[in-house]
Amino acid sequence: MRKLMAFLAGVIFGIGLLTAGMANPAKVLAFLDLTGAWDPSLALVMAAAIGVAFLPFSWAGMQRTSLLGAPMQLPGKRELDRRLIGGSLLFGMGWGVAGICPGPAVALLLTGHGQVLVFVAAMLAGMLVFAALERQRS
Amino acid sequence: MTIDWYNFTPWSALAGGALIGLAASLFAVMNGRVAGISGLLGSLLGAGEGRGEKALFLLGILLAPLLWQLFSKLPAIEIHTGWLALIVAGLLVGIGTRYGSGCTSGHGVCGLSRLSPRSLAATLSFMAAGFATVFVLRHLLGA
Repeated sequence: MRKLMAFLAGVIFGIGLLTAGMANPAKVLAFLDLTGAWDPSLALVMAAAIGVAFLPFSWAGMQRTSLLGAPMQLPGKRELDRRLIGGSLLFGMGWGVAGICPGPAVALLLTGHGQVLVFVAAMLAGMLVFAALERQRS
Repeated sequence: MTIDWYNFTPWSALAGGALIGLAASLFAVMNGRVAGISGLLGSLLGAGEGRGEKALFLLGILLAPLLWQLFSKLPAIEIHTGWLALIVAGLLVGIGTRYGSGCTSGHGVCGLSRLSPRSLAATLSFMAAGFATVFVLRHLLGA
């Protein structure tokens, strides 16, 4: 049941990305181009997503287990650190170069655009680099 | 600032955003997990618990455009970025989201919905960096 729900939630997520225009890199870049011909659509995507998710997440944050009996695994860390800010700045730079973030990268993978395959391969390589550096640190 | 009214799509943006919010809510309320795509991808690359559910959520996203095409034509997908820039962008997104513990979905949607101060700081950081990068590339370098 949990597996089926995970798949269903993923499908809804992907349909949402396509509907919203998040899966169109040119539209994402038009949103990030504040001083050009600015397309504010994606601000509404985030506003609507948070508007819908706010109450369910508030409820989930007060529970120990999910409705399907899984342990509630929402992150509890609250402190800011250099890794959080530095990593997010690097991510934002990459996002600004191609207009693709991880969700849309997955959603675009099977749509027949070769550029996405290259982007995803580089993104996964970046994640493996991170994992290797982390192993070295510990 | 000039708003591009011609390409502004408020209704589909709101509808798509609501679906994203619904999906993230279901994953949290039913599965007890955060729908953060970079985190899910990162944990599938290593060993960890719950790989089945995580993989199935990602599979749902992966197959969504194919299911969409059963009913209608896909919306516009335009990528004008060159190959080298795509590789640089992919590396930055991969490393950055893992160091920053999240991306647009995990921090921007789930984290902000939970009023997490870490996610607010992360979201402000990647948005600022995104705006600055596009400004430099388009308006200073003219790429």
